[in-house]
Amino acid sequence: MITLKNIDIFYGRIHAVKRVSLHVDPGEIVALIGGNGAGKTTLLCAISGLIRPARGEILHKGESIARRSPDKIVRSGLSHVPEGRLVFKPLSVEDNLLLGAYGRFSLKARRQIKNDLAEVYAMFPVLKQRRGQCAGTLSGGEQQMLAIGRALMARPGILLLDEPSMGLAPNITREIFRHIVMLRDRFGLTVLLVEQNAKSALRVADRGYVLETGRIILQGPADELLANKDVQRAYLGRDVDL
Amino acid sequence: MDSASLLQFLISGLTVGSTYGLTALGFTIIFNTTGIINFAQGEFVMLGGMLSVFFMRIAGLDEASAIVLAVAAVTLAGALIERFTIRPVKDASIINLIIITIGVSIFIRGLAMLAWGKDTFALPPFSGDAPIALFGAVVMPQSIWVLAISLLILSGLKAFFSGTIYGKGMLACAQDKKAAYLVGISVERMVLLSFMISGLVGAVGGAILAPITLTSFDVGVILGLKGFAACILGGLGNPFGAAAGGLILGVLESFGAGLLSSAYKDAFAFIILLLLLFVRPSGLFGTREAKRV
Repeated sequence: MITLKNIDIFYGRIHAVKRVSLHVDPGEIVALIGGNGAGKTTLLCAISGLIRPARGEILHKGESIARRSPDKIVRSGLSHVPEGRLVFKPLSVEDNLLLGAYGRFSLKARRQIKNDLAEVYAMFPVLKQRRGQCAGTLSGGEQQMLAIGRALMARPGILLLDEPSMGLAPNITREIFRHIVMLRDRFGLTVLLVEQNAKSALRVADRGYVLETGRIILQGPADELLANKDVQRAYLGRDVDL
Repeated sequence: MDSASLLQFLISGLTVGSTYGLTALGFTIIFNTTGIINFAQGEFVMLGGMLSVFFMRIAGLDEASAIVLAVAAVTLAGALIERFTIRPVKDASIINLIIITIGVSIFIRGLAMLAWGKDTFALPPFSGDAPIALFGAVVMPQSIWVLAISLLILSGLKAFFSGTIYGKGMLACAQDKKAAYLVGISVERMVLLSFMISGLVGAVGGAILAPITLTSFDVGVILGLKGFAACILGGLGNPFGAAAGGLILGVLESFGAGLLSSAYKDAFAFIILLLLLFVRPSGLFGTREAKRV
């Protein structure tokens, strides 16, 4: 679905991402874990076109997208739910969702968009209750649902999720992760999931990559990574000697 | 002072105030999508008036088509300004972009002076100049045109921003550029559109005001400043505040000139602005900036 080959990204003189290669196959949930400042968010922003990589190639459905503008990338079926959710706070919940379908607005698509809106409301009933409210008045968990719903309104084939559990209570986090799995199982969505909360992410993922200071240091099936002693020590907060 | 004169001041204040309001709206639209204060906004107003005169006199068109053509030309000028002076340096800091707009305004003023000289021009009133009596005051038909067209523009913008996906997309750009990109909005195109709409609104203001106040190559300076003052008065970034700020400024100015002295007409606006900023830095209708830390 997407393939990254030898990606290098710089912020000024800082080498934030170093020769990273990874791939996500259709229907997979892939977790990208690592500590603060490892380059996870930077990598996602490069895939969605917000940042230009200095070197390397990004393929989406076989086409190179590393030089494409973000709005064209969204139209080609790749949606990115950004870190911190970034909902449009003064706009209503419904307007936020409709803006998610901005790229495919036309008179012909109107009915389709209406159906998709109903589907998102069915998935997150709380958003329907609050449809007329300003998005800024929602709780953190509701804003995360709104951000995911907004991304789904673009009818993506692949969803990039950046720290969906950030700042949420554990039970809300579990609900969000349950939805992520459901999106894949029910709608065949492919997911690339970035998380600091490594344990929750690896539990729902098929495969995982571990990023440290801009490099991929480990990769493999999610259950292997969960059992890996280095991963446990560094990211799962478990003392291996016990 | 009798009530008829007071009513007279109010009417002339509202008339001039609505063009301040239109100028202020132009500032607001660009500010909201880009964070830039476009100091060439006054030049849009000047061009609206001057080009209408030009198309009428030189090209020999009737007044309505001259104005339509002038407004279209200024809308296009707005697009060209964005495309050739703002977009090539769009990653520069906001303050640099603002300074560019000051340069653009000087450039346009210079061109206008070279093309049309330093004379003042008048546009004939849209429907004659037979005054209408109203409770002892006198209303010029042009005043009614000004108020009606301003109201029309205002409601048109309101419908655009709250009723269409493009208007909402523009608000989304203002709110969060990164998120706007991620839902598939081409932010560059929105910035271009904001300059075009600002050009259009400014030009309409210039064209409808020209029969009342005359126009020349340099009317944009003072109109731009007044429009900016109206923005600040109403609260920068709030379209409703911009329109209201314009009206309030126009009325205050008119009463100041009528009741105190017309020599200080231009000073009233700025004195009131300063006083307000001491008391309420965010403007009358602005929300106080609160940052979470």
